[in-house]
Amino acid sequence: MATNTPDEQMTGPAVSVPSIPVEEIVSICQTYGNDRHRMLDILRDVQDRFRWISPKVMETVASQTCLSRIEVEGVASFYSFLSQTPKGRVTIRLCDDIIDRFAGLAAIAEAFEEELGIKVGETSPDESFSLEYTPCIGMCDQAPAAMVNDVVVTKLTPDLARQWAQSLKAGKSPEEIVSDRFADLSPHARATAQVDNNIRHAGAVLLGPVPDDAGLKTALGLTPVQIMDMIEASGLRGCGGAGFTTGRKWKFAAAEKAEKHFVLCNADEGEPGTFKDRVLLTERPHLLVEGMTIAARAVGAREGIIYLRGEYVYLRDLIEEVLADRRARGLLGEAILGVEGFDFDLRVQMGAGAYICGEEGALISSCEGLPGEPKTRPPFPVNRGYLGYPTVVNNVETFCHAARILDRGAQWFFDMGEEGSHGTKLFSVSGDCLNPGLYEFPYGLTINELLEMVGGEDAAAVQVGGPSGTMIARDSFHRRLTFDDLATGGAIIVFSGERNVLEIVEYYMSFFVHESCGYCTPCRVGNVFLQKAIGKFRKGLANPEDIDYLKDLSGTIIETSRCGLGMTSPNPILTTLKNFPLVYSAMVKPSKDGIRATFDIQSAIDGARHLAKRRSYIYDEDFSK
Amino acid sequence: MTDQDITFTIDGVAITAKPGQTIMEAADDAGVYIPRLCDHEGLRHQGGCRVCTVKANGRSVAACTQPAAPGQTVENETPHINKLRRDLVEMLFHEGNHLCPICEASGNCELQAMAYRLEMVEPTKFPYLEPSRALDASHHDIALDTNRCISCGRCIRASKDVDGKGVFGYVGRGIHRRVAVNGEDLAHTDADASDHAMSDEVCPVGCIIRKRVGFATPIGEREFDKGLIGYEIEGKRRG
Repeated sequence: MATNTPDEQMTGPAVSVPSIPVEEIVSICQTYGNDRHRMLDILRDVQDRFRWISPKVMETVASQTCLSRIEVEGVASFYSFLSQTPKGRVTIRLCDDIIDRFAGLAAIAEAFEEELGIKVGETSPDESFSLEYTPCIGMCDQAPAAMVNDVVVTKLTPDLARQWAQSLKAGKSPEEIVSDRFADLSPHARATAQVDNNIRHAGAVLLGPVPDDAGLKTALGLTPVQIMDMIEASGLRGCGGAGFTTGRKWKFAAAEKAEKHFVLCNADEGEPGTFKDRVLLTERPHLLVEGMTIAARAVGAREGIIYLRGEYVYLRDLIEEVLADRRARGLLGEAILGVEGFDFDLRVQMGAGAYICGEEGALISSCEGLPGEPKTRPPFPVNRGYLGYPTVVNNVETFCHAARILDRGAQWFFDMGEEGSHGTKLFSVSGDCLNPGLYEFPYGLTINELLEMVGGEDAAAVQVGGPSGTMIARDSFHRRLTFDDLATGGAIIVFSGERNVLEIVEYYMSFFVHESCGYCTPCRVGNVFLQKAIGKFRKGLANPEDIDYLKDLSGTIIETSRCGLGMTSPNPILTTLKNFPLVYSAMVKPSKDGIRATFDIQSAIDGARHLAKRRSYIYDEDFSK
Repeated sequence: MTDQDITFTIDGVAITAKPGQTIMEAADDAGVYIPRLCDHEGLRHQGGCRVCTVKANGRSVAACTQPAAPGQTVENETPHINKLRRDLVEMLFHEGNHLCPICEASGNCELQAMAYRLEMVEPTKFPYLEPSRALDASHHDIALDTNRCISCGRCIRASKDVDGKGVFGYVGRGIHRRVAVNGEDLAHTDADASDHAMSDEVCPVGCIIRKRVGFATPIGEREFDKGLIGYEIEGKRRG
């Protein structure tokens, strides 16, 4: 029943580890005021320093934070970047997105395995290295990519992988490999030394020239209601994918009478193929904080949080520097820009490898130091969110838009795009195209127009909105990128005719299985069944009725799941069944004898054979005759 | 009925709810049974098993957590909804190892009883996941077979909220999420056979087993030999 298997309990971890001094754990807890709501920070710090979270550590953390060990263990075991077995001094996480696979991930993994002498999933006996796979790290425009501790490496080749492994083995730190003068670089220079922005088309709102804090200055001359009216009149809708009207969200939170309000930024873009927020965080961090400050002014919040996905830890220093700079310039803190009573400050909350934390309830749970499980709705976050207080949660892009709207006016924004989908949108384009990267365009572009621009005219399939969105075929490339037609959080993944649609679908289902929080039955169990069923199709073991099975099971998962993950996880299957029906029908075989193709009588009786220590009289040939 | 009371319908039957009541709470009071597994009287609502899924004004919601709303039209016992519920119950059967004929809980098991109620009478179509988790028989009076656990979390809430102990908790994520104990094994926790969490009403299946009392009640005289699961609630309405 305990997390460690009995074997581990008796023999200890596979590699010898130095004991973790209790006083160091106590000191980490004290850094966060022994606050259980800062559990994720505490455990991240322990992981960084000691490379695992041992049962003893959990006991110490529990007693410091007045929790039980099992509650600490619940958090420690939820997040992918926290480990309950010792990891190497350097952990290499290879991005295992389908784009990375198509870009040669297997050869990269092989190069690392050979150089480090360990397989993916292993830690070297001397504790130098751990090598593992991780889902999309937001670098699809420069795949294959990997995280090496807190550093990101992109555009990997087998040669580059070998160079990295050799340098690491020679004792260089990941930072030193990025640049000899890494420590002297500004946080922005450090980030761009690791990751390209790949801005391919700058639009009028976000990626073009942006004046400093012009929106915030306008906001100071307006009442909170006027600010929210303006945001609502602009037609701005949430850019993370769900598309809720931003102005209304702010008004709901503002209307809630409470001692405190909070403004949270969702910088946890985990949808495979999405990387737009990465670029905004790199190039427009001030605009983001400006937007959050405006939201704080509107809803009456004094505190905020930027929830930064664990994969973007390389951007943490950059954001912290921006916050420090703004505090120094009176743009954050007390009496912002000299306005008495206008106080707002915020902290960065690092995630730790959990896609589900992009769901706003799960994001709030994670900020509260809990496992990243969605919350029961109602109450909605705008009524009772972070720590029970009214909370606005918006995506990075949404806050940036809001700041620009305050500067340029609602009408300016409203006039871009089209009815119901106003303003511009960032599209993260990756896959089989000449110019992967970031494109900003007004809503309303057709897929054909976008493909022409990105050099993806050979596309046979386009995944719009990532795996939880829609996979469309050539006959739908005239469709438009709007909320009413092809809604998207921004991911556009291009696949050429050489790609196997079922391979893509199987990958996406394995992603959802990996990322389901497990709270509700249909998502936890149903997605495993879908993944297994797709595996049957790929192996050619599916019967015609398995197509109905896929539809039926998908329907149950969508109708009964507790949050958006389960309500969209069957989409890779359902949209490809609809738009690529031949891919499925080509793989099914009606059985002649009424026995399902998956049923293998030989393997079914093999266990019995071994137990009986003899052959089966019915199913095994008697070779003695 | 007071001024603040809310009225709505479930399958056409008028239901009165007190302010703040969930659909399920109001239905229970009115003698309308909505199938459920993770919800249990006296414990916080969780909304995890989803067996209580109903359609409220056409939208799928968990009846155990969804507040009753005035004028709402709730669908409960429709063929479509019961099919969804049957799928969920089948998922739970296939996720764990549920071998009714050899299980001490047979006849008292809510999962088994729900399968009967929902007419899970045909061979199931899902694959078996066949977990192989170690039994925890370390405790003097209690044994745990988590291969039969359906992750309802009733023991977690009972131990924490009623017993004030916190013997159990969830660990892991996704299909690996499961109920674990607050210590090396159950013997290293403050679990006691007299805990509410260990009582036979809290664990709906045969996961928490009290030693030396097994099979005391013969098959044929067990809880669901008396009637379909939900009969007590439905009995209220029949008067």
